[in-house]
Amino acid sequence: MSLNIYLGMLHQAEQTLAESFRQVAEGHAAEPDVHHLCHALAQQCDEHSRVLLPVVQRYGEDRSDGEPERLHAEGLSTTRQGPVGLLRDLQDLYLLASFVDVTWTMVKQAGSALRDRGLLDVVTRCDGETATQLRWLQTRMKQAAPQALVAACASPAADRAAP
Amino acid sequence: MVDRIADIWGTRTPYPKDGLWPVRVDQALQEGVTEADVDRWVQSACVLCSNGCACDIAVKDGAMVGIRGRAGDLVNHGRMGPKGLFASWQGVSSGERLQRPLIREHGRLVECDWDTAMDRITERSRQLLHDRGPLSHGFYTSGQLFLEEYYALAVIGKAGIGTPHMDGNTRLCTATAAAALKESFGADGQPGDYTDIDSCDAIFLYGHNMAETQTVLWSRVLDRIAGPDRPRLVCVDPRDTEVARYADVHLAVRPGTNLALMNALVREILANGWLDEAYVRDHTLGLDELRATVEPWTAEAAAAICDVPAADIREAARIFGTSGRVLSTVLQGFYQSAQATASSCQVNNLHLLRGLLGRPGCGILQMNGQPTAQNNRECGADGDLPGFRNWENPEHIDELARLWNVDPLTIPHWSPPTHAMQIFRYAEQGSIEFLWISATNPAVSMPDLPRIRNILATPGLFLVVQDLYLTETALAADVVLPAAGWGEKTGTFTNVNRTVHLSDKAVEPPGEARSDLEIFLDYARRMEFTTLEGGPLLSWAGPEDGFEAWKECSRGRPCDYTGVSYERLRGGSGIPWPCNDENPDGRVRLYGDGVFPTDPEYCESYGHDLLTGATVGPEAFRARAPSGRAILKAADYHPPHEEPDREYPLRYTTGRTAYHFHTRTKTGRSRPLTRAAPSAWVELSPHDAGRLGIGEGDLVRVTSRRGRIEVPARISDIRSGTIFAPFHYGYWDRDGSPGEQPTAANELTITEWDPVSKQPVFKNAAVKVEKIGDATGPAPAPSTTASRPSAAAAGPRSVQPTAGGRQGQATEWVGAAPPPRFPEAIGRSGQDGRP
Repeated sequence: MSLNIYLGMLHQAEQTLAESFRQVAEGHAAEPDVHHLCHALAQQCDEHSRVLLPVVQRYGEDRSDGEPERLHAEGLSTTRQGPVGLLRDLQDLYLLASFVDVTWTMVKQAGSALRDRGLLDVVTRCDGETATQLRWLQTRMKQAAPQALVAACASPAADRAAP
Repeated sequence: MVDRIADIWGTRTPYPKDGLWPVRVDQALQEGVTEADVDRWVQSACVLCSNGCACDIAVKDGAMVGIRGRAGDLVNHGRMGPKGLFASWQGVSSGERLQRPLIREHGRLVECDWDTAMDRITERSRQLLHDRGPLSHGFYTSGQLFLEEYYALAVIGKAGIGTPHMDGNTRLCTATAAAALKESFGADGQPGDYTDIDSCDAIFLYGHNMAETQTVLWSRVLDRIAGPDRPRLVCVDPRDTEVARYADVHLAVRPGTNLALMNALVREILANGWLDEAYVRDHTLGLDELRATVEPWTAEAAAAICDVPAADIREAARIFGTSGRVLSTVLQGFYQSAQATASSCQVNNLHLLRGLLGRPGCGILQMNGQPTAQNNRECGADGDLPGFRNWENPEHIDELARLWNVDPLTIPHWSPPTHAMQIFRYAEQGSIEFLWISATNPAVSMPDLPRIRNILATPGLFLVVQDLYLTETALAADVVLPAAGWGEKTGTFTNVNRTVHLSDKAVEPPGEARSDLEIFLDYARRMEFTTLEGGPLLSWAGPEDGFEAWKECSRGRPCDYTGVSYERLRGGSGIPWPCNDENPDGRVRLYGDGVFPTDPEYCESYGHDLLTGATVGPEAFRARAPSGRAILKAADYHPPHEEPDREYPLRYTTGRTAYHFHTRTKTGRSRPLTRAAPSAWVELSPHDAGRLGIGEGDLVRVTSRRGRIEVPARISDIRSGTIFAPFHYGYWDRDGSPGEQPTAANELTITEWDPVSKQPVFKNAAVKVEKIGDATGPAPAPSTTASRPSAAAAGPRSVQPTAGGRQGQATEWVGAAPPPRFPEAIGRSGQDGRP
């Protein structure tokens, strides 16, 4: 059974997503909504990791497998600047969150096949929040895109950051 | 004569439950003028709060000389509040009015003629549209223009230029009211009516200091309280307001914790089975989610967060759950605090759970702060589309495009219209380079003023300011346009309970000042905005053309005006919309049939996640099959983002006093009002004052991470650990800048907003307070309001009672006429209404 590989992947991806939300929160602190909401969503990811941990331990986390390892999403190492930079960073978060979202779906499939009520309860608690994270990212990106791509100065240096 | 500065709410006229509120006609004339001297009375309604009191303006020798409440109007039954009595015409009659346009030359504002000013605007506007496109343009307007003016601006912005960057200061005052109504009911539209005060068994005031923000409405409550069968009263407010003093339960919550309280109240209703199960089943969606969300919020859990006794929360819930008819009113204590929309939706949920909607005494009043805020929401010069249309619904966009005869692609609808805080952010970043501000003063009213001043001074930003006076904001403008004020132009506006009033022109504006409508139409003409056929986009000759155009835009929508006309509004009472074939005299309350505007083809919004503001979207909304049912929305409580810590150990909240409106541009020009509340102060509790060694009137410095203010301290009965500052006191009556002793409350507030309504969080910040000087007298705070000195304060009682003296006198005629009733009070088409 390889569910443990997926559980390990999910656990790590939630942690990576949490760190990346925090990175964007700090890197774009001049956008107050992004700052506060990314921190709030990072806490949601922390909570997902916390409730997932007993399941991971029950199945035995395996982070050593070579093949799925390549599926691990890299977190954001740094944030960009300016309106286009914000859009790109939110888009990176969107990709990470999508990875988490679809992984929850696969874990749910396996949990159903195993009739593991405990695991399914954890999925129910978390996957809706991940879906909302995706919707928020898309809402915010859709709002930011026209201004960033059409009206804003192309060079980040020209962006007058908040004092 | 009555001193209406000392007696804010005037003479009591008690009445029983289900009785008619007696008439009391209030009048104030200029000193030395008698009624016999008045040449004519011109019909209008007051614009100094959102209540919408109908009045007549006294005119003598071409000047406004007095005001009188209209006995036959359903809103106020003749009454006026102190601001209406003493700052309506007085507030626009000052010699300091702008009389000619100003343009910036070599860094200085100099007078010019209209052609020069408008040429400068259109030249820059054209250039930017050519070089950078419509997204370079932003419009920030008001809650104090007339309906016709908002609609003109909306058409210019959405169909002429095609920019999504349009909002009003309504974002600061009423955005959450609209957002909560949309989330719960599918569209904006006030469910309740003021007559619900007449018929209710209990009134809940959530963050609503009605006694000071809508003084005439509070008179109505006081008259019920003075009657034989007073309603129970529950007040949620951290201050010991006049409302709190009459309350059966006063929940003085920690600022920023409203949602914890609301979740607990909802939980109590569910746990005690005080719900109308048939109503919930037939008319709502989402009970299971709501139940799950509030489940952890026991009265004890909320009591620990809110710092109020659990027993009081239970008692409040019991009053809500067991009273026959309940009226709820909500205002800035909820709208400008953390999790604003979620908290306000819980008020809607309480009513839905008990089925207390659409019947006499069973109402919700999600209040507005400003007189014409409702029209900005309807007409779409703010973050909404005209006629409560849904930006996510392509059919609605096509309707507008057909109405205006423009390409649907011109109308920005790829995302919600840009909210005010984001408009200013784009200006800060340089992507909005043309910002037109009308009838509002962000240099004092927006949060984090040091930042806002920097933005307004951005060198690349072309700033147009249109106002009555040279405000703090106007001082930063490239072009200043002198606008006509109230009484100097004709137009309509709509109050909190959907009542439409006409305000007729009484006198000529000073100098070359022009109505906001004339200015907008002139801009549209000069910019040559056209329809698809090449005709002018806006061909209105005046306000009545604008009103008729608006009626077509509103046809079939919740705010249907098609049955209203200028003719019908003259003479009789104001008319509550919807007014159409189905409701020929308008409609007192909405949702009596339990059918809500949540049909996906009809609704104004598909809703949002209340924690993040993520849009639900059309597919997910349709999948829930709301079919006219209301939606029980909920979110879990999250602590405010700035909480007290070691460096900034106190909570900071802001608000208004009964004697002033906004940044005092009008009320600051009224002598009796200015004498009652001449300058800034802060309030702190006797406990905090004792701990910090601060006495009444001592000069204190209040500091947050954003800035500081230095003002005298009033020791009041505010909850301990919380500091309050009135937000009225900017710098126009000093030298226009904060100087060494800043006084504007928003020097300290945080740049943050609610994720759904995008309303800024003015009512929660962390501050520290220190004494910097000894008192030279008591603080300049009124003794008649929530700023009343605490009886528990140490030291001598030196505070003089606030009074108006000779200049604060008004005449009151109690019972001057029989009380008006709906629908008899409404004027019919083709006949004169009653005087």
